[in-house]
Amino acid sequence: MSYYPHTERERAEMLAAVGVKQIEDLFADVPAKVRFPQLDLPEPYSELETMREMLDLADANANAQHNPLFLGAGAYNHYSPSLIHQLLLRGEFLTAYTPYQPEISQGTLQTIYEYQSMICALTGMEVANASHYDGATSLAEAVIMAYNHHREKRKKVIVSPAVHPQYREVIRTYTQGMGLTIVGDEDPENDLAELTKQLDKDTTLFVVQSPNFFGQVENLEGLAAQVHAAGALLCIVVEPISLGLLKPPGEWGADIAVGEGQSLGVPLSYGGPYLGFFATRKEFVRKMAGRLVGEAKDKNGTRGFVLTLATREQHIKRDKATSNICTNQGLMAVAATIYLATLGKNGLRRVAELCWHKSHYAAHEIAQLPGYSVDLSRPFIKEFVVQCPQPVAEINAHLFNEWGIIGGYDLSRDYASFPNHMLVCVTEMNGRDEIDALVEALGEVTSHTH
Amino acid sequence: MNFPADLKYTRNDEWVRVEGNTATAGITDFAQEQLSDIVYVELPAVGDTFQKGESYGSVESVKAASDVYLPLGGAITAINDVLSATPEVVNSSPYDQGWMVKFTIANLADLEGLMDVTAYQKFCEERKS
Repeated sequence: MSYYPHTERERAEMLAAVGVKQIEDLFADVPAKVRFPQLDLPEPYSELETMREMLDLADANANAQHNPLFLGAGAYNHYSPSLIHQLLLRGEFLTAYTPYQPEISQGTLQTIYEYQSMICALTGMEVANASHYDGATSLAEAVIMAYNHHREKRKKVIVSPAVHPQYREVIRTYTQGMGLTIVGDEDPENDLAELTKQLDKDTTLFVVQSPNFFGQVENLEGLAAQVHAAGALLCIVVEPISLGLLKPPGEWGADIAVGEGQSLGVPLSYGGPYLGFFATRKEFVRKMAGRLVGEAKDKNGTRGFVLTLATREQHIKRDKATSNICTNQGLMAVAATIYLATLGKNGLRRVAELCWHKSHYAAHEIAQLPGYSVDLSRPFIKEFVVQCPQPVAEINAHLFNEWGIIGGYDLSRDYASFPNHMLVCVTEMNGRDEIDALVEALGEVTSHTH
Repeated sequence: MNFPADLKYTRNDEWVRVEGNTATAGITDFAQEQLSDIVYVELPAVGDTFQKGESYGSVESVKAASDVYLPLGGAITAINDVLSATPEVVNSSPYDQGWMVKFTIANLADLEGLMDVTAYQKFCEERKS
């Protein structure tokens, strides 16, 4: 769908139709003193001067293109093939609002349909919506869906402490005032065996993340059966690249699979816009939030695509709708679709293998450094926890100031029991030279102090 | 419009047919006509219990979605499985094939306050004008 701005003539016609002389007259109700405040701004810059100013500001930042980056924790530095960005610039995709009218938007609707199909294939689930804002809001929608599925009669949500800390915060924000109790993450030591003891007939949803926030692959064997025996639903939070190698949530018996889709070709971009994916089983589709594109036939029998099951949404179901949010991340979903189509099954598996091998190489090298230890007893992919000889903030300062390396995530920000623990992320973007430099740089920190 | 004389009615446009301690409930002809084409009916599980007036399910049509409320308190003994595949039966036969749930009545005193056919017919006509 093309975007056409209003012409001066059309504006004049509209102003005449509503009976005002100029656009400013429409703001007459705003108190005069705040209506058009004087802004203390410098003189206008030329384009050349503006570009220099912006480049100077940009140069003050370290960035993933120029600095070796070992920071993950939910946002990942993966390679985004240049064709993604090129195709996203097409005007049909690059609009401020996703066009849904089937008579003019078959291309967009088909792309979203393919996105949904790919998310289903990736997660092993039966139906996926057109996406949410990000992984955290997808998870919050999962909680609300489970609560609705149980007709608001079950009020307990069990969440593993190894679910991303910010996702757990967003659940609590989204469900404020709903009377839900979020339990399980009060003790960071709670493992799955401990968490399943909390299952009861008041439990609506059990949330586990695998690979978890610490990069570890959880053992999900038998979990779904335990959760279902209590009558609760199971939500598994997944990292999509890892699904190139790992068994998908659908095969583990998940009722809902959610996650952050940023890894799929979307750049880091200071934390957004990102992409929340959400997939579930067909039996829950009526309770699912978000938009859903379905395949249909037109009057000539030709395949086409339309929004479907819209009665779920708030403009029809009003206060009975599962969610009041139908916004999707249209452009980011397109990016993920192009990414998955470009890589294909084998390409995605290759990226996952590179992450696996490179992160294991890094972990084993770091584990040999005096003063450092790495828990290698549990399987992990892409991320692992390093126990350091000093606070992570100090180590990261050394890494950056002396080596230009952006270090890992400081776990003391979220977990008091991990004062000197760094969450290190290694992807296909980190060459062996970068990993070896990180190991050498970390080794210096130890030798400074001993 | 059809108003069977042997039923009791609620202000939410539900009907209930009482037979001893058991009852059958559904939505009225007036309700199905207001909703237009019904595309989905969500029903509870057998064994679920509800208070009088409590929501036990929902009905979605092409233009609206609304909850359905049990006219009397009780425990569900049967649900109409036909509606999951063919919800349009509620449009074509709201009082017979389109029934929604059967339940045991917890307290016959709940019958008080329900409308008989004359009162309900009047209630519908008032809203039509």
